[in-house]
Amino acid sequence: MAGEPLLKVDGLVKHFPIKKGVLQRTVGAVQAVDGVSFDVRPGETLGVVGESGCGKSTMGRLITRLLEPTGGRVEFEGRDITHLSVGQMRPLRKDVQMIFQDPYSSLNPRHTIGTIVGAPFRLQGVTPVGGVKKAVQEMLERVGLNPEHYNRYPHEFSGGQRQRIGIARALALKPRLVVADEPVSALDVSIQAQVVNLLDDLQDELGLTYVIIAHDLSVIRHVSDRIAVMYLGKIVELADRKPLYETPMHPYTKALLSAVPVPDPKRRAARTSRILLRGDVPSPISPPSGCRFHTRCWKATTVCETTEPPLIELAPAHRVACHHPENAPDQAPADTQPLAGTPAEDQVVHQSE
Amino acid sequence: MSELESEVGRSSVPGPRTGAAGTAGTSAALEGEVFLSVRDLRIHFDTDDGLVRSVDGISFDVRRGRTLGIVGESGSGKSVTSLGIMGLHRSHSARISGEVWLDDDELIASSEDFVRRQRGRKMAMIFQDPLSALHPYFTVGAQITEAYRVHHPVSKKIAKARALDMLDRVGIPEPAKRYSGYPHEFSGGMRQRVMIAMALVNNPELLIADEPTTALDVTVQAQILDLIRDLQKEFGSAVIVITHDLGVVAEIADDLLVMYAGRCVERGTAEQVFEAPQHPYTWGLLGSMPRIDRDQTERLIPVRGTPPSLINVPAGCAFHPRCPHADVPQDDKTRTLRPELREVGSGHFTACHLAQEERTRIWTEEVEPKL
Ligand SMILES: Nc1ncnc2c1ncn2[C@@H]1O[C@H](COP(=O)(O)OP(=O)(O)OP(=O)(O)O)[C@@H](O)[C@H]1O
Ligand SMILES: Nc1ncnc2c1ncn2[C@@H]1O[C@H](COP(=O)(O)OP(=O)(O)O)[C@@H](O)[C@H]1O
Ligand code: SF4
Ligand code: SF4
Ligand SMILES: [Mg+2]
Ligand SMILES: [Mg+2]
Repeated sequence: MAGEPLLKVDGLVKHFPIKKGVLQRTVGAVQAVDGVSFDVRPGETLGVVGESGCGKSTMGRLITRLLEPTGGRVEFEGRDITHLSVGQMRPLRKDVQMIFQDPYSSLNPRHTIGTIVGAPFRLQGVTPVGGVKKAVQEMLERVGLNPEHYNRYPHEFSGGQRQRIGIARALALKPRLVVADEPVSALDVSIQAQVVNLLDDLQDELGLTYVIIAHDLSVIRHVSDRIAVMYLGKIVELADRKPLYETPMHPYTKALLSAVPVPDPKRRAARTSRILLRGDVPSPISPPSGCRFHTRCWKATTVCETTEPPLIELAPAHRVACHHPENAPDQAPADTQPLAGTPAEDQVVHQSE
Repeated sequence: MSELESEVGRSSVPGPRTGAAGTAGTSAALEGEVFLSVRDLRIHFDTDDGLVRSVDGISFDVRRGRTLGIVGESGSGKSVTSLGIMGLHRSHSARISGEVWLDDDELIASSEDFVRRQRGRKMAMIFQDPLSALHPYFTVGAQITEAYRVHHPVSKKIAKARALDMLDRVGIPEPAKRYSGYPHEFSGGMRQRVMIAMALVNNPELLIADEPTTALDVTVQAQILDLIRDLQKEFGSAVIVITHDLGVVAEIADDLLVMYAGRCVERGTAEQVFEAPQHPYTWGLLGSMPRIDRDQTERLIPVRGTPPSLINVPAGCAFHPRCPHADVPQDDKTRTLRPELREVGSGHFTACHLAQEERTRIWTEEVEPKL
C-alpha cells in the first residue's frame, strides 16, 4: 500500500476557548487536539484509540473539516483543505464522509429513510443513473436493510438498523475516505459484529479508506491495519496492528492493553501482570508539562516532566513518543532519577495471587 | 415440569436453610454457603402496549464469597432482575412472582418495610451511573455517613470515622479533604468509588453491581474491578455483577448466567460456560466478539436479526428466529415448546431442545473451530 497518502495531517491543533463572565473573556483553552501528524493511505483502515476526552472525535471532525483547525495542516489527495470554507468544501463532501457514534440522534426523526439516505445526492446535485430512489434502494439493500422500507421513519428501526442507515447515507456517493466515530459502541455485541462485518465488506466492494475511531481496543484490533494511540490530544504511538498489540512501545499503550479484560477465565488464573494506572486522565485545559503521561507513568524520570518526547520512528513503521520506551532502546538512558511520587514498578504491576 | 420443579432436589439448595450459624458477620466458615436463592422469578409490567415480560422464570443461587456474572444484551432483563431482588419494583405497575430467599428470609412475600430494612444493610447495589445514586446537594461524606446511621444507632462522629475509613478503602486519595466534596466535583471513576463506599459501608452480605464499569474508561474499569474483587475477598460477601461485556465476566465471575429475552438460557461456572458453552445464543455471543488476545483477521460470526421485543416474545424457544440450528430438533418443537433448563454437566444448565449428542457435534465441528 505504498504511494501517495490519501490524507496527510501535519501538526493539527484544535483549542476550544473557555469563556467566562458577562464579557465572555477568554480565560483559557481546552487543548483537545494538540499537534498530531499522520498519513492515511488509500485502501487502509487507520484505527484511532484512546480514553474518553483524549481528542478522538475532535480529530475526526477536523479531518472531515466539520471543525475549523486552530493550527496545522490537512491535505486531501495533495490538496490543502485546512481552511476551506463550507462552500469550498462542498464538492469534496462527495469524497469525505463521516459516520457518527449515536444512531439515535444522528438521524432526523422527521425525515423518511429515503430522504435521509438520498440527501447527499440532492446536496451534491448528483443524479445517479436510474434516479435517486433506485440508487438509495440499492444502497439500503447493500447495507442489509429492506429497500421497501424507503418510506419509513428512523424511530421504526432498531439501533443496529439505524447505524446501517447512517452508513448507507455516508456511502451513498461512494466516498473515498470515511471517518467513522465509534460506529459500533452504542450497539449490542451481536449487532456490533453485524456492523463490523458490513464495514469490512463495503470496504472491499467499494475500495474505501477508513479512519475508525473507537475506545474499544478489541474492536480496533479487529478492524485496523494501522493504529494511532492518543493521550490528551496527542498521538503517543503509531504502528501496524501486529507490532502495536504484540510489542507496544509506549508505556500508556502497554497499560491500556493490559487493562482490557480478556474473555477467557483461564487467563485470569494465569495472569501475572496487570499495570494499574493511578488516577484518571488529567484535564486537557492544563495538561501536564513535558510528557503528558508523566503523572501516571511508572517509568517517569525527571526528563519526562521537563521535556516533551517527540513522536519518532524507533522501529520500521513504528513511531512512539517516549523517553523510556518498552521494546525499544532507551532514548534518555542517562536520566535515571525517578520522578518524586512515581511508584516502584512492583507496586504498579499488580501480581495476582 | 417447570424450571422450579426441575431444580428442586438437585445440587442447589433452595429455600430456607436450617442449621446455619447466626446472621451477624460473615466468617470464613460460612464461605461457599448459598446466601441468595432466586426461584422462578417473574417480573412483568402492564403497559399501554401490552404486557412486558421483562423477567420470565429465572432461578439461580449466589454463594458467599463467590461472584455470579449475569450477561445479556440490552433489554434482556438484567436490571429488572436486580431491582426485583432489591425490592425496588414493588410500587410500580409490576407483577412479581416467584421466590427470592435472602439468607433465611423470603422477600417477595415479605412486607415492604422488611425488605427496606434489608436494603443497604444485608444487600446493597451499585449502578452504572453513580449520579443516579448520589444526591447532588449533599457532600459525599454526609451521604455515606447517613447511609451508615440509617442502620447503626451511632453518633455522627463515629459514623464519620467509618465513612472516612470507607473512602480510604475504596482508594479515594486524601479522604479527609474529599469528604466534604460534592458528587459533581469528582471524576467518573472517583464517583464510582464513592458509590461503592456507600454501598459497602454497612458490610452488606450481598452486593449487586449493575454494569458497574460500563461508563468508565478501560484503565479505570480495571481499577474498579480490582476494587470489587478485593473488597469481596475481605468481606466474604456474595456478589452479582451484571454486564453485557464477556471480558468483564471472565475477569471477575466464578459463575455465569446468560440471559436472553428475560430468560436464563445457560448457567454454569465461568469455566464451563467459556470452555464448553452449550447454548446457541452463547455461541453467538462468543462468535460476535472481537478478541483482544488474538490477531484475528477472520470475519466475526454475528447472530442474525435483532433481540425480540419483550411484549411479543417468540413462541417456543425465544431465540428461534435468530438461531441457525432451529431446524435441527425434530417435531418443530423449537417453535412451539419452551425449552426448560436441563443439566448437561455437573452444575451446568442449558435451555435448548438440541439433543446432547447433536449439540456436542455442532459445537465441536461447526462452531468451536471458527471461534
Ligand atoms: N465544542 C467544544 N467546546 C469545548 N470543549 C470541547 C468541545 N468539543 C470537545 N471539547 C473537549 O475537547 C476534549 C476532547 O474531546 P473529544 O470529543 O474529541 O474526545 P474523545 O476522545 O472523542 O472522547 P470520547 O471517547 O468520550 O468520545 C474534551 O476535553 C472535550 O470536553
Ligand atoms: N418499569 C418498567 N415498565 C415497563 N417495562 C419495563 C420497565 N422496566 C424495564 N422494562 C422493560 O423490561 C425489559 C428489560 O429491561 P432491563 O432489565 O432494564 O434490561 P437490561 O438487560 O438492559 O438491564 C426491557 O424491555 C425494558 O423496556
Ligand atoms: S516519556 Fe517518560 S513519562 Fe512519558 S511515557 Fe515515556 S517514560 Fe513515561
Ligand atoms: S431450542 Fe432450538 S431455537 Fe432454541 S437455541 Fe436450541 S436449537 Fe436454537
Ligand atoms: Mg468521541
Ligand atoms: Mg440494564
